[in-house]
Amino acid sequence: MPTALQFTSVGLTFPDGTTALDNVDLDVGSGEFVTVVGPSGCGKSTLLRVAAGLEQPTKGSCSVDRTSLGFVFQDATLFPWRTVHQNVGLLAELHGLGDASARIGAAIDVVGLREHVDKYPRQLSGGMAMRTSLARSLVLEPDVFMFDEPFGALDELTRERLNDELVTLFVARRFATLFITHSIAEAVFLSTRVVVMSPRPGRIIAHHDVPFPYPRRHDLRYTAEFNELAAAVSNDLRAAQR
Amino acid sequence: MTDDRRARLARIIGPVIVFGCFVGTWYLAHYVLMSENRRFLVPPPHDVVQEAFLTWSVDGGTATLATSAGGGLSDQLEALWLSAQVALLGLSIAIVIGIALATLMSQAKWVEQAIYPYLVALQAIPILAFVPLIGVLWGFEFRSRVLVCVIIALFPIVANTLFGLLSVDRSHRELMTLHGASRLRQLRTLQFPAAMPAIFTGLQISAGLAVIGAIVGDFFFRQGQPGIGQLIDRYRASLAYEQMYGSVILAAVLGIVVFWFFGWLGRRVVGAWYEPAAR
Ligand SMILES: Nc1ncnc2c1ncn2[C@@H]1O[C@H](COP(=O)(O)OP(=O)(O)OP(=O)(O)O)[C@@H](O)[C@H]1O
Ligand SMILES: [Mg+2]
Repeated sequence: MPTALQFTSVGLTFPDGTTALDNVDLDVGSGEFVTVVGPSGCGKSTLLRVAAGLEQPTKGSCSVDRTSLGFVFQDATLFPWRTVHQNVGLLAELHGLGDASARIGAAIDVVGLREHVDKYPRQLSGGMAMRTSLARSLVLEPDVFMFDEPFGALDELTRERLNDELVTLFVARRFATLFITHSIAEAVFLSTRVVVMSPRPGRIIAHHDVPFPYPRRHDLRYTAEFNELAAAVSNDLRAAQR
Repeated sequence: MTDDRRARLARIIGPVIVFGCFVGTWYLAHYVLMSENRRFLVPPPHDVVQEAFLTWSVDGGTATLATSAGGGLSDQLEALWLSAQVALLGLSIAIVIGIALATLMSQAKWVEQAIYPYLVALQAIPILAFVPLIGVLWGFEFRSRVLVCVIIALFPIVANTLFGLLSVDRSHRELMTLHGASRLRQLRTLQFPAAMPAIFTGLQISAGLAVIGAIVGDFFFRQGQPGIGQLIDRYRASLAYEQMYGSVILAAVLGIVVFWFFGWLGRRVVGAWYEPAAR
């Protein structure tokens, strides 16, 4: 399996002396869905920002092909003066894709916002805004996708529904994914692999391969195997915090 | 009654009540507050309307002191037209220069630091200190009056535009950077649209100031073709108080119209997406 994203002994100390990352080694193969869980403030967002090129590591290196990179922020980061359709078209404009209306339409259909294309962000629910944000990246048909707690602000039901949709998408497109979440259930449900980070400075302290085959049905969440794995991840997290 | 109609009615009734209070106070001032021999200083509203607006032209030749300065609607409108031209041209120039300056300043901290103190100084020095100087250096004609307007209207546009361009969400900026947007691209696609509400706030303030600038410049130049400012001064000097109040009212109306126009334009441009903070 070729590597899509590789952290090699990455360390990052901010100018104010805060060390956010310490010696992180992590590979994400193409077609892999890797989720990072860890206590709040441990450096998960920083890790993702290094991968996206928004922060430079102070030690080690990170290699990734950023030509077609999908990045979904914690909030939807939609431009309030653009309609759903125009927001979804933003990255196509920035990447000079020319007439991308077919791609934009397809991305909007994937996230089920066909009826809402002319709405402005202030008229959207949190879930709809997040779907728009997702569609915006989908237009690029990215090979590498990064998510920073994208569904953290949503209610449980919407979150699960979006998780189901994301799995469907992943099965169809098989982009290499680095996903960050606070929710262990979300991590296990989505991923091929869950990694656990220590409290700050963040290091990777455990890997859990998730054996469940795709496509995953929503009732996977209620099986014994699922809960066993979730418990194991939870134990690692607790152990790390002591 | 539907909510819509009620809201519209409420929007009209407020200003009407205030207008009534204003006119009432005016009459009160004329008939009650002023002593008999000083009453001419505050002529009653109906006299003002009659003499300044309903009389087309007051013939200067009748030689009574009060009318020697001329007056009537034709003079008033001619002066108003001149002042409006000065104000609008001054405002347009201030908008172009102001937005260009703010854009430059938004590109580098050092440019901002280099220019800002001088803008603040321009703003802080009373315009009255400039006016005579401009007249002496550059003549008392149209262009000098326009310059006064530009000086007085510039600052709010620069300050608001700069504020708007710089207070872009960090995550929005990062999204643009992440996808390789150049500075020009950031300005065009992110910063200017995001700054629109602030820019229109600045435009609205400056529009009002430009009208003041047009009148103040004219008032103190006292030369050249008369605008509203010179009329006010001349009517005051010749005790033509009805005409003077008429000129003041026209100046106010010009300010209100320009202010209202930019408010309307702003709502047209950003109203669909921008929600001002709730009261
Ligand atoms: N620009 C910065 N300068 C200094 N310190 C920073 C900066 N950005 C983040 N930090 C610090 O680095 C640490 C890691 O931050 P990060 O945002 O990566 O945490 P996180 O794991 O994403 O937390 P959360 O789960 O709450 O989102 C925190 O202690 C934070 O205070
Ligand atoms: Mg974070």
